Amino acid sequence: MKQFYSDKVLEHFENPRNIGSLPEGPDVGVGTVGNPICGDIMKIFIKVGKKDDEEYVEDVKVQTLGCGAAIATSSMATEMIKGKPLAEAEELSNQAVVEALDGLPEVKKHCSVLAAQAIKEAIEDYRQKNEN
Amino acid sequence: MKKKVYLDYAATTPVEPQVFAAMEPFLKEKFGNPSSIHSWGQEARAAIDQSREQVANFLNCQPQEIIFTSCATESNNLALKGVIEAQKCHIIVSSIEHHGVLDTAKHLERTGAVEVTWLPVDKYGLVDPEDVKKAIKDNTALVSVGYINNEVGTIEPIAEIGKLLKSINNRVLFHTDAVQAIQFLDCDVQKLGVDLLSLSAHKFYGPKGVGVLYIRKGTPIIRQQDGGGQEHRMRAGTENVAGIVGLGAAIQSFAYAQDKLPAERVKKLRDKLIDGILAISGVQLTGHPEKRAPHIASFVVDGAEGEAMLLGLNREGIAASSGSACTTPLSKPSHVLIAMGISQELTHGSLRFSLGKQTTEQDIDYVLEKLPPIIERLREIAPK
Ligand SMILES: Cc1ncc(COP(=O)(O)O)c(C=O)c1O
Ligand code: FES
Repeated sequence: MKQFYSDKVLEHFENPRNIGSLPEGPDVGVGTVGNPICGDIMKIFIKVGKKDDEEYVEDVKVQTLGCGAAIATSSMATEMIKGKPLAEAEELSNQAVVEALDGLPEVKKHCSVLAAQAIKEAIEDYRQKNEN
Repeated sequence: MKKKVYLDYAATTPVEPQVFAAMEPFLKEKFGNPSSIHSWGQEARAAIDQSREQVANFLNCQPQEIIFTSCATESNNLALKGVIEAQKCHIIVSSIEHHGVLDTAKHLERTGAVEVTWLPVDKYGLVDPEDVKKAIKDNTALVSVGYINNEVGTIEPIAEIGKLLKSINNRVLFHTDAVQAIQFLDCDVQKLGVDLLSLSAHKFYGPKGVGVLYIRKGTPIIRQQDGGGQEHRMRAGTENVAGIVGLGAAIQSFAYAQDKLPAERVKKLRDKLIDGILAISGVQLTGHPEKRAPHIASFVVDGAEGEAMLLGLNREGIAASSGSACTTPLSKPSHVLIAMGISQELTHGSLRFSLGKQTTEQDIDYVLEKLPPIIERLREIAPK
């Protein structure tokens, strides 16, 4: 039987990774985005560390109010950027997250835009805090 | 095997054994086309006539006033479009109708065939007959209000509206979608004062793909499916004989349950479920607290999304449904909840359980055990 959601989506929905928040600080950026289509909210916290002068995602946490696809994409997206250079994290695409989840139903594709968007906003927030 | 609990009876019901037994011969050896004059045809014709009588008896009307259709959606389409084609004009429709009525009225509005007045509802989803009265114009041809709302279970004052319409003038036709009401409430069309009434067999333990439109004798209406002369020339196309027989058998099986014991039993279980779920913090009942269908328990849950709750419940073997934007292909929150004044945010957490014949007290206990941790977990994941 073809399932609505892939096993991977269901597994991430059941056991979402990186759930929670990070304490405020100069090394933490926060991004909150809402889905205008259905009203879901996603909040991502990124703690930036430095390795040989390169900024990288030292820790990441996420909170999501939304459907199964929204919860699974926030879990997968955070897992994909953890430990990665900031520049790489910023480039994460919806498509890459969807592929890593073995696909999403067509009507659920719009849910996947939240995670990548929230990550970009969190990084932007971190950069603004550290401009000078 | 893992425990499974089906609490989505408002979506559809299983075919009952005696209904299936009645249908089976018409899928096998009695396969004739009712329009044929040979014995195969006559046998099928007789079966349809019998089913028509069963439905007419139940609704307290004439067999000629019963039209078999493919489902309630088709009945709703025929009722609205057919009446409109017969007389161009104004119609009055409640804002919480099932899409079968809602979208049909919108279609007619778009094509410019009618002007539609959308009736408001109160926070419980109740239509006020006074609003119907106020909306009536000289050229009003039809009023359509569903008997029981399928999402929140509110029972609308159909008999009252029927009486009101007849007292104003005898020209305004009255249609009701009685799909969710047929098993539990009085559907005597004389008492209700309706001219048109829609049913779908699969909501009352009959097969899918067959429905009824009751059309009061003398109602001006034009058929929407053209072709042969079937169903008193009101719906062309070879009849779904086995389906029609199944519909008749299903209606028969509760027509003579004089005492309303099944409704009482379901109601008791529903109340237990409602009380148990309302004990969870941040949960609100949707629909009317008293004037509600015996089988529908519906809520909005703060801080948890509907589809996510359904996924969690499904993992525990529990089937329910939701009107959350995330559960619909168009990502739009339920028009019913919005019309009731529930905030867009809260509609996000909509959850409906609908009970049926096979529902047991153990099923309810099981849901009350499994649901709270599912909600709690989703709230933990959510932004604070
Ligand atoms: C109140 C109401 N009307 C109409 C329908 C449509 O039934 P069908 O899909 O069989 O046409 C339903 C089913 O969900 C319903 O609950
Ligand atoms: S975010 Fe609402 S449908 Fe997925």
